Amino acid sequence: MKREHSISVKNLTKKFGDFTAVDAISFTVKKGEIFGFLGANGAGKTTAMKMLIGISKPTSGEAEVAGFDVYKSTEKIKKNIGYMSQKFALYDDLTVRENAQFFGGIYGLSKKVIKERTQAFISELGIDDIADHLVGSLPLGWKQKLAFSVALLHRPQIIFLDEPTGGVDPITRRQFWEMIYKQAHQGTTIFVTTHYMDEAEYCDRVSIMVAGKIEALDSPENLRKQFAVNSMNEVFLKLARG
Amino acid sequence: MKTILIIVQKEFKQIFRNKAMLPIIFLMPIIQILILSNAATFEVKDIRLAIIDNDKTSYSRDLISKFNASSYFIVSGESASQKQAQQSIQKGNIDAIIEIPKYFERDLIKDKTGSISVQIDAINGATAGVANGYITQIIQSFNTKIITDLQAYQPKNKNQSLKMIRFNPAFWYNQTLDYKTFMVPGIIVILVTMITFFLSGMNIVREKEIGTLEQMNVTPIKKYQFIIGKLLPFWILGIFILFFGMNIGRFLFHVPLLGNPAVILLFSSIYILVFLGMGFLISNFTETQQQAMFIAWFFVVIFILMSGLFTPIESMPVWAQKITEFNPVRYFIEVIRLVMLKGSGFYDILPQMIKITIYALIMNTLAVVSYRKTT
Amino acid sequence: MKRFIGFIKKEFFHIFRDKRSLFILFGMPIAQILLFGFAVTNEINNVKLAIYDQANDVESQKLIQNIASSSYFDVEKMLYNKEEVAATFKQGQVKAILIFEPDFAKKLTKEGVADIQVVTDATEPNTAMTITNYIAAIIKKYNDNFNKITTTPYQIQTNSRMLYNPELKSVFMFVPGVMTIILMLVSAMMTSISITREKEIGTMEILLVSPLKPLQVILGKVFPYIFLSIINAVVILLLGFFVFGMPMQGSLFLLGLESILFIISALALGILISTISETQQTAMMISLMGLLLPVILLSGFIFPIASMPKPLQWLSNIVPATWYIIIIKGIMLKGVGLLTLWKESLILLGMTLFFILLSVKKYKIRLE
Repeated sequence: MKREHSISVKNLTKKFGDFTAVDAISFTVKKGEIFGFLGANGAGKTTAMKMLIGISKPTSGEAEVAGFDVYKSTEKIKKNIGYMSQKFALYDDLTVRENAQFFGGIYGLSKKVIKERTQAFISELGIDDIADHLVGSLPLGWKQKLAFSVALLHRPQIIFLDEPTGGVDPITRRQFWEMIYKQAHQGTTIFVTTHYMDEAEYCDRVSIMVAGKIEALDSPENLRKQFAVNSMNEVFLKLARG
Repeated sequence: MKTILIIVQKEFKQIFRNKAMLPIIFLMPIIQILILSNAATFEVKDIRLAIIDNDKTSYSRDLISKFNASSYFIVSGESASQKQAQQSIQKGNIDAIIEIPKYFERDLIKDKTGSISVQIDAINGATAGVANGYITQIIQSFNTKIITDLQAYQPKNKNQSLKMIRFNPAFWYNQTLDYKTFMVPGIIVILVTMITFFLSGMNIVREKEIGTLEQMNVTPIKKYQFIIGKLLPFWILGIFILFFGMNIGRFLFHVPLLGNPAVILLFSSIYILVFLGMGFLISNFTETQQQAMFIAWFFVVIFILMSGLFTPIESMPVWAQKITEFNPVRYFIEVIRLVMLKGSGFYDILPQMIKITIYALIMNTLAVVSYRKTT
Repeated sequence: MKRFIGFIKKEFFHIFRDKRSLFILFGMPIAQILLFGFAVTNEINNVKLAIYDQANDVESQKLIQNIASSSYFDVEKMLYNKEEVAATFKQGQVKAILIFEPDFAKKLTKEGVADIQVVTDATEPNTAMTITNYIAAIIKKYNDNFNKITTTPYQIQTNSRMLYNPELKSVFMFVPGVMTIILMLVSAMMTSISITREKEIGTMEILLVSPLKPLQVILGKVFPYIFLSIINAVVILLLGFFVFGMPMQGSLFLLGLESILFIISALALGILISTISETQQTAMMISLMGLLLPVILLSGFIFPIASMPKPLQWLSNIVPATWYIIIIKGIMLKGVGLLTLWKESLILLGMTLFFILLSVKKYKIRLE
């Protein structure tokens, strides 16, 4: 597979009645890229993301994710992506290992593979002692890191992260981003939405959505230059205020 | 297939781990079947009786002793006055008053007729009717005895030949007229219904509420795999409760099992699907467990009241009987009673079987159609 | 006081904005009372009969005519051999089968005696009993007609009077019962859920740090439900009175007072439940299992308490609804006053006070 683009979107639109939540956005994401998807609350970023991961049908426009069309091949897309949502997505009443078994299982991995990969991330995170604890009993930061690891279990080409670090302390956020970098190095495409502007700085490229449209799209450095400011925060404020 | 198995496994793990739900799933059926079977009875016994004997002759005492001897009555206050008895019935201390008039014996022998007045607290119309039946029976049999006694002294009138149709009652399938025999099978049906309906209804809404449903939707799981995987554990649970309930019924309450249990098993396998489908349907249209619970309760109450569990369907007005045609609970109660108590076979219950199969197909089609992975 | 009124207003807004719960609150009682009133009845009519007439002669035909013309029975089918008897029962439609012996008329004229066997499906004992009694009565009347020339000697007449409910209507039982259930449901279950909900979403703490006194918070939460319960009680009484012809023999004022007493005891129970449960789901489960089921099963609402085994009878004594049902039946149907009901009223009052004390104590412990 020698595809240059993991995601390519052209004039993608979603309407709810009269309201246009996502208004003809276009962009591409390269393989192995960390793509930041920014926007104020209600700007339409979650809706856009839901169309890409196949749980919301676009009203019009085109989009291809991992080489598959979002209209026709949503089920094929789902096999090739990982997803971790804003709401925490592991089962509280299962242990870490059981969650891994379950999610690995529904992606069709064999027991042996699941076991190996689970053990791999458990040792990597150094959490042998809590691997058999119920997820509900773990602190939020841990849960988030685990959810990320579980979402990677089937080795997706692209991973979608919907505000993955909400409510987490700065140190854990730091560690989380280190995990993201590592994945990106291994060739996984990262598509991440976030509120934190310092996190935007970590991305290769950033798009900023305002009222359903993408108002800016470039690397953090170029964006700062373009708007003649010192931080992404200021870029964002300038755009958001119109 | 493997995917379904994985979901089933996970559901079972979750069920067995939930400390609050486990007692509801396993303890509730036991308690309900024990309490309900004993409490849910329209059996009329221990009728508290005040007898006012204004005659005080050997006849009146003879009649009173008949009531004393009957196991249906508890005779209290034989000597009470009419006024006292009236007050006790108002207070609810007694259920019925029998008054034997003065000169009862004298009139009976002289005028060949006597009369006894009976007053019954009839607020509960059904039990009052039955109590009245028992009282009349005792007085009748006393009457017959007196007739034979007295006629023995009379010169036989040869010209008069009495024609008489003799009436021989027989009570089939429940000779001892035990209410538990009737109620226990129905209660088992209610238990199976409530557990499968409530749990399946709340289960999917719960995933919606905690956000894991979205996570499932972005996985390559097929719609049918997800639905089957989610519902199969509750189907197994339902069958387990049926098994369990029938055994308690047989060994603890000695309810007969005349028919073939395989027929019940076959019927209930389809029946449970109806309620799983319905639970799934409700969870598709609700956002919180509380809403799902309320809606489920609303239906269950109506289903139970209109099922013929407590009161016969034939007694309902025609429009209500029409409504019961759409009540799946009604069919299972009919079937389980027919098979357990009367030994009906597969062909006897075929009409119910066809109806419930259609019901299951409709419910599950609706559930699958209305469940969407995408918005 | 002004603050308190503002708080109560907020509670009313909450309730009236939740359309689904509102529907349950008002739709449920009406649906239940109508179902109970019209559909759920033990009265026996249109019982399906089958007849196996081995004689098929003048006398048997006459008697069949007689039975078929009764409004209690419908002759569903005729049977032609013995095997059909059991087979018919197994299909479950027919409740009783009349079997005439062969040579019915011949025997009746020659020997003066002929036999009919009445086989009933006794899986439901009361129905079987009642059917048997009805048929017995029809046959007795028929016999009496036969022998008109000879008045049967030494006849004891029984004059039965059905007190308080001469037509034996089931609805007289069910109106007080449904009223009790609804009051319990609205007062105890709804309050417990609504208080637990504030706990769950964290707004309870905000209320408690406000200048409102804890007692005011609870009273404010409870007040709207008292109001709703009273409306429900009135609706049920009106339905019972106008639609089902329930009598109102006793004092309406006393009925009101006793109902308020019962509502308060139910609310206290609701508060008690909310202090021991952390989630709405737990509160709901405890309310359903701990309150609603006992009210339905053990209060004498549907099933006579006297027929239950002793332990369940004892248990029924500690259910407040048992006493409340005795009281409303007494007032509405028997027309008795406090003079007769003082004992029941005192017990209800005692229970109410006990529940209030207990819930206040529990509530205080939680605050500390």
